[in-house]
Amino acid sequence: MRCLPVAFAVAAIPLATAAQEASGLRRVAPPGASSCSGCHASRPAAGLAVPWIAGRPAAEIADLMAAFRAGERSGTVMTRIARGFSPEETRAIAEWLEGQR
Amino acid sequence: MRARLQDVLLPSSDPAMPGHFLPQGEKVARAQASRSPTRRALLGGLTAVSLASILPRPAIAQARPKVVVIGGGFGGATAARELKRAGLDVTLVEANATYVACPFSNEVIAGLRPLEGQFFGYDAIRREGIELVQATATRIDAEARRVTLADGAQLSYDRLVLAPGIELRFDALPGYGEDAAEQMPHAWKAGSQTLLLRRQLEAMEDGGTVVISVPPNPYRCPPGPYERASLIAHFLKTRKPRSKLLVLDAKDTFSKQRLFEQGWKELYSNRLEWVGLAGGGQVTAVEPATRTLVTDFARHGAAVANVIPPQRAGRIAEIAGVADRSGWCPIDPVTFESRLRAGIHVIGDSAIAGGMPKSAFSANAQAKVCAAAVVDLLADKEPATPKLINTCYSLVAPGYGISVAGVYRPRNGLLADVEGAGGTSPLEAPRQTRELEAAYAEAWFRTITADVFG
Repeated sequence: MRCLPVAFAVAAIPLATAAQEASGLRRVAPPGASSCSGCHASRPAAGLAVPWIAGRPAAEIADLMAAFRAGERSGTVMTRIARGFSPEETRAIAEWLEGQR
Repeated sequence: MRARLQDVLLPSSDPAMPGHFLPQGEKVARAQASRSPTRRALLGGLTAVSLASILPRPAIAQARPKVVVIGGGFGGATAARELKRAGLDVTLVEANATYVACPFSNEVIAGLRPLEGQFFGYDAIRREGIELVQATATRIDAEARRVTLADGAQLSYDRLVLAPGIELRFDALPGYGEDAAEQMPHAWKAGSQTLLLRRQLEAMEDGGTVVISVPPNPYRCPPGPYERASLIAHFLKTRKPRSKLLVLDAKDTFSKQRLFEQGWKELYSNRLEWVGLAGGGQVTAVEPATRTLVTDFARHGAAVANVIPPQRAGRIAEIAGVADRSGWCPIDPVTFESRLRAGIHVIGDSAIAGGMPKSAFSANAQAKVCAAAVVDLLADKEPATPKLINTCYSLVAPGYGISVAGVYRPRNGLLADVEGAGGTSPLEAPRQTRELEAAYAEAWFRTITADVFG
């Protein structure tokens, strides 16, 4: 029976690895990013008033968010939401969005 | 497919649970134990093959961690899909074959939209490989990590996600109850109640008074009663012009209040009266036979009465032991894991989410954060500190939308508003802004329902 705890230990390492691999199939969403798809469709659809942002260049998204945050660009909810994220957080979200095609 | 060693997990030694997977707590303990250098050294000579060969054959099972999700609404259905896409084995338990969405159901009441527009099925979710079990969960054993269904079947899980929405507290208002709701509909769960209220409004004689009773906080969809009041007022204005609407409220302030009041003054003056708590607005009893609403100060006879009763977390939350004395579920704001039962996560309306309102948007956002945390926890990895967003649109009239938005992060054990962010639509805004927000509301509904069910 001495080897049993060892067997347990070995079995446990791969479990963690398997789940991590599975989650890593898509890049992990940075803080706040997963909420975007509440309004912004992940796939383009006709006649939607809210723009499709998945796959847009990160620099473009980051610039837009900076303009919303500074009040230089008018909007409805985005001016209020952009102020909840630092430039670094915004950049991370923008980079993640670019990869969401 | 042949199970790889990575997919192998030893079953529980508990003879009562043959073949069941180990509860995650034990896996974590073992993963931690495995970090001991002594043990690692001991493993040196063992190859995967030799290790497999020393295990008794029945001990080899699929290692894919199993998550059970209870409740197939905006929160639960989202969580199930996110967990499945992360590679987990997911079972979704939902009692109904079709989901009837609450957002935009106030438009159905006002005759602006068919109820069918609120129906969403589970075909796309099933196609994704999620096991859909149409049943009611009746018991949860948090120790054994096992869910029992109404027919006696059992589902074991490594982690459980509860998204049961709300239960109406029919006992909280003297005179009210499930039978009384046939006379005085709540219409706070969309479906037949929504149509009943609509039929009553259509059938009512012009010149009558419609009364809405609004509960104290917290309840599902904080601005919902006021959007409903707005759209019923719009219905009366266009269809029953001599009728009035009285809103009896158990509180003195409410979501988007100044915006609603501004819109009411502009569109429905002399037609819509709101009475708050201080003015005697709290309904203390109802008399369904005569459609009478009783407050401490007056009795209000109604031609149509919409009674929105106080609420608590969906029933399974109490059964699972994750609801506290408030009737709602305290959670960790990073993982949405219950503060009362390990291994059970609670999202959506049932959860005590601090500053986040009980909305479909919140449930969807929470589901995504919760699912990511569950994946990390199953991998023995610390979940990252999240940020979440909520946006709620309300219609004051067709083509007249207003919104409230917020950004949230964990602080002092709760989800707190990020200061300087969020807030409501501006009070001073051109009509064009209201039109735009009405269009955004419609887009939001199409997008989120496609995200969750499409």
